[in-house]
Amino acid sequence: MSTAGKETPSSIANRAELLPALKQELANNNSLSKTVLTSLADKTGLSLSEIYGVSTFYAYLPVVAAGKNIIRVCGCLPCDLKDAQGVIGSIKKELGIDPGQTTADARFSLEQVSCIGACDQAPAMMINDTLYGNLTPARIADILKSFK
Amino acid sequence: MAEKRIVLGNCGVIDPQNIETYLAKGGFKAFIKARDKMKPQGIVEEIKKSGLTGRGGAGFPCGLKWELARNTKSKTKYLICNADEGEVGQFKDKYLLSKDPFTLIEGMCIAGLAIGAQQAYIYLRAEYHSLYDHLCRAIAQAKDKGFLKYTDIRVFEGAGAYVCGEESALMNSIEGRRGESRYKPPYPPTSGLWDRPTIINNVETLMNVPHIINNGAAWFSVMGTKRSKGTKVFCVSGDVARPGVYELEMGSTLKELVVDLAGAAGIKAVQVGGSTGSIIPVRMINTPLSHETCLGSGAVVVLNSDRDIVDIVHNNMRFLHEESCGKCTPCREGTEVMLEILGRMVRGDGEAGDINKLEDLARTMAMASLCGLGQAAAVPVLDSLKYFRDEYSDLIDQSLFLRSYLGSELYKSEEAVI
Repeated sequence: MSTAGKETPSSIANRAELLPALKQELANNNSLSKTVLTSLADKTGLSLSEIYGVSTFYAYLPVVAAGKNIIRVCGCLPCDLKDAQGVIGSIKKELGIDPGQTTADARFSLEQVSCIGACDQAPAMMINDTLYGNLTPARIADILKSFK
Repeated sequence: MAEKRIVLGNCGVIDPQNIETYLAKGGFKAFIKARDKMKPQGIVEEIKKSGLTGRGGAGFPCGLKWELARNTKSKTKYLICNADEGEVGQFKDKYLLSKDPFTLIEGMCIAGLAIGAQQAYIYLRAEYHSLYDHLCRAIAQAKDKGFLKYTDIRVFEGAGAYVCGEESALMNSIEGRRGESRYKPPYPPTSGLWDRPTIINNVETLMNVPHIINNGAAWFSVMGTKRSKGTKVFCVSGDVARPGVYELEMGSTLKELVVDLAGAAGIKAVQVGGSTGSIIPVRMINTPLSHETCLGSGAVVVLNSDRDIVDIVHNNMRFLHEESCGKCTPCREGTEVMLEILGRMVRGDGEAGDINKLEDLARTMAMASLCGLGQAAAVPVLDSLKYFRDEYSDLIDQSLFLRSYLGSELYKSEEAVI
């Protein structure tokens, strides 16, 4: 599975630290902008295209700026059966954005995501790293308020 | 039949933050026995005799996998615990990791001894970030007690990709690459992480290991069916009164799980095994749960009589299409086209040849896809066509009617409004 012609022990080691490094950069910078990825390429000796290719593969390594708080609503079957669309509708109404968008004040981004492993508490969503389960459309306003 | 809690035995009993409570329950006895009284080959033999199979979905014999890695000559070998639990309807690993990380750590220590791995990883999915510190603390406690002298354990966090639960994609991810599946062979026990022999086992598989070493292979292999030994942890969700995690002996029926334990009523069908799982109609509710019939990873989603089957299959396909890694054509394009066809059907715009197209595609994807995602993506499509074909043909008939009634162009222009 070697990509480039010359694989050296240091490029292998640098690649092995790439995902943790991208996560660290994300924590420091809010998004993985071209500037961030370029400086990471300089530091690791990996090509910018490879680093960009890796970050865009993963859902949790956004290369475009996201809001301060990322709302991830699960849209998979068990949550869908329990009215995940109603929950998304309620968030849309509160924030005025569709999934895939960020509010004008950059406070929230909304995403409909793949299973987050909370099917016993469906419908469920995560805001940043906090899980909210057994949601109803009516509960959304209060939850979002706590992030204002 | 009541629950048989072996893997879940310590959940809710010990304090997952305190190794002393685990030791007080006999924790790490199996590891000490394996370390002091057994040879690595003997551990492998015991696991082989027990008939333990992989709990992640594929059901490969665990002992055989270990033997392959053990017999491959290499100074460096790796052990990976697959905790990238991305399957739809699956939350058992989260439950196990949060309630009892120590049995897993003990299982990994034993596996490390058996195959000769000095470095082990727990690949934890990004969605379970809240468990990261919890796991690191548990590992640190085991290290303080001297249990990690032979095999060190590191938690490696994923970054949000379902396909990384596939073993070769998972290894690419640890290596810092895009999480795409690899061509096989070589298989991981001969050439895996950084081309070294690697064993990848599911959380639940590894958690069975200390019990087998403590109680012996014979104790384990009397439970279950011919090819599926022991117990299985199931996650039940969907239209049930009591969703949650249940552990049953292999070979228990679907009815015992979803009706007796989870309290389902008015069932139409049950999807067993997640997004690529079989769809079982209610008339087959007495199907035993084992590798011989249907099992997958143990995700069970119950559908009541209000549910439209094509909607369900469409939702599955949306997920698989989103999560296909895109490396091989049959899966990348196949999920795309299937999503398009199913989407048209549920919007009332199905066409006469759609069912044949789905069946054709399903066969191609099953034969030609690189990994399990594409190979199994069509299972729910084929199952639902087998048991609920009427719902597909009804939708197509309705579509034909709608188009002729509204006029094709008018209908299309109004689609956005509908």
